[in-house]
Amino acid sequence: MSKTVLQVNHLKTYFTVDKRKNLFVRAVDDVSFSIDQGEIVALVGESGSGKSTIAYTIMGMYETSGGEIIFDGEDIANKKRTFDFKKKAQIVFQDPGSSLNSHQDVKEILSLPLKVHKVVKPSQLETKIIETLDRVGLSEDFMYKSPTAIGGGEKQLVSIARALCSNPEFIILDEPTSNLDVSIQAKIINMLLKLHEEQSLSYLFITHDLSLVRNISTKVIIMYLGKICEIANTEEFYGNPHHPYTQMLLSAIPVVSEEEEQLKPSRIRSTGEIPSPVNIPKGCSFNTRCHRAVPLCFEEDPEMIEVTKGHFVRCHLYGKCKPEL
Amino acid sequence: MTNELLSIKDLEVWYKTYRGYAKVVNGVNLTVNKGEKVGVVGESGCGKTTTMKSILRMNVQSAYVNSGEILYSGENILKMNEAKLQEIRRRDIAMISQEPSAALNPVFTIGEQIRDVIRYSDTKKKFTKEEMQSKAIDAIKSVMISDPERILASYPYQLSGGMKQRICIAMGLVVPRNVLIADEPGTALDVTIQDQIHRLLHNLVEEKDMSLIMITHSLGVARELVDRIHVMYAGDVVEVAKTDDLFKKPLHPYTIGLLDCVPKLSGGGISEGIYGYVPSYINPAPGCRFASRCPKATQICREQKPSMTSVDAEHSVACFNYQ
Repeated sequence: MSKTVLQVNHLKTYFTVDKRKNLFVRAVDDVSFSIDQGEIVALVGESGSGKSTIAYTIMGMYETSGGEIIFDGEDIANKKRTFDFKKKAQIVFQDPGSSLNSHQDVKEILSLPLKVHKVVKPSQLETKIIETLDRVGLSEDFMYKSPTAIGGGEKQLVSIARALCSNPEFIILDEPTSNLDVSIQAKIINMLLKLHEEQSLSYLFITHDLSLVRNISTKVIIMYLGKICEIANTEEFYGNPHHPYTQMLLSAIPVVSEEEEQLKPSRIRSTGEIPSPVNIPKGCSFNTRCHRAVPLCFEEDPEMIEVTKGHFVRCHLYGKCKPEL
Repeated sequence: MTNELLSIKDLEVWYKTYRGYAKVVNGVNLTVNKGEKVGVVGESGCGKTTTMKSILRMNVQSAYVNSGEILYSGENILKMNEAKLQEIRRRDIAMISQEPSAALNPVFTIGEQIRDVIRYSDTKKKFTKEEMQSKAIDAIKSVMISDPERILASYPYQLSGGMKQRICIAMGLVVPRNVLIADEPGTALDVTIQDQIHRLLHNLVEEKDMSLIMITHSLGVARELVDRIHVMYAGDVVEVAKTDDLFKKPLHPYTIGLLDCVPKLSGGGISEGIYGYVPSYINPAPGCRFASRCPKATQICREQKPSMTSVDAEHSVACFNYQ
């Protein structure tokens, strides 16, 4: 068994809407998962499902409302993040345009983490920057360029290089390629996979592209309105999806070949509305759109059930209301 | 063809910049027949949206049409006077914009904005309040939003992204149009909602015998929805084919590369991507604009711009070296 890098237990992040009326947005509600060393865990969900909130909560940018975040054997949920943590865990944001300082050139951007974490001696700063740029496939010409002068794909490579500076063991990638074209996405993903292989990095890969997830991840987590619907290993997940939402998602992916069309579950059309996150319906949060809902789904929120080893699903159809076979 | 409704001929749109003219749309040809669903696929910055905005002459000030014509029912839109153009914008062609939150006016309710669309669709006719309200409610219902009265009374900021997108579609549909231009209508949405919107557009086009121009960067989306696909690269249409033909037998090296890049649900890893980057639009090199990234490029590609060659009746490609 490899070492567990990150373990999240019953994590909650609530945002207050109106304290007197007791109104909260339950952005992350009772989420548990773990990431082993060398794993690429994909966190998938629609916009507003709380994917990024999980990432920001782990990084300490949001306060937790409950639960544990265990990193390297220590619960850090309610503690200020230490330098040691910041060195070991890094994040790459979705929009490199706004996460890179346009008043600095690439050299300055990359120097800061190297200086702060005292990775190299000041005399070796420049060699280290060139080396880091080389690792993400950029030439040393980029050192004196401003982020505004380079393309979107290259900007994202610079932000990945920045994350690599402190030699982290765990990187959160928050939709690193969603803003980019597919031909550039391919380059970045390949580079990330190469780095992963070379240094047994662990990734938490946040995305909404299930075709991409199929090709890169070892484990898939599906989120819906702040809660996890399903966790499974990639092979198991695509071979045997359980949760009605997962089945609907998989059936709706636009694909480009007949061969892929065969692999999708038969088309389940989505109906109904996504409820507002402030006012989540009673029972299962997916009940407004579920095509397999039973009366209990409107009464009681289902619990996480381990259907087969390592395959968790939060649905009454696999627990209390299992149909007789 | 007899039922040709809209056709763009050799359209060139240039943007004025400080460094010179950016030749963004470089001689685009595109036809839309009655009742047809046409897709325009290409990566960001390839001129899809600029081309479409030219149809309604909605481009920004700095864009100017260098040459070409856009024929709608035989009349050149680019030469029309303002009054005639207004007529077309009001009644005949509607565009669903890419960014619904920017397309809706934040200080008016959804109802006021939809009623405006109805009121100006026919200036000779006086619509009563009740008439307009019932039309607006029908439009909202047709895009599958529950509780239309409440939605009509709310402001854009009170609605979610998916809802706003559907409101934009409803605005395009509230009066019957001949052509609907949809600019990436599902991009900002979850795949299940995207699927819902595609199905909606599909049904509406079938029912009302409209024509649809669908702009997207995703080949998968185009495959789901449209009959015929135009693939654009750096301001050129490089390949036109029936949807099935394009996916079975892509001919242009760019189309092949693009298809290859899309992550596959069947697994098998990620391909290498297309070598290089999109060329600059200011003083582009002569010849094919894909030449610098093309694995099949030869000398002639760098000197001459390839013209559209028909491979068969429905499939044409702009390449010297296709197989």
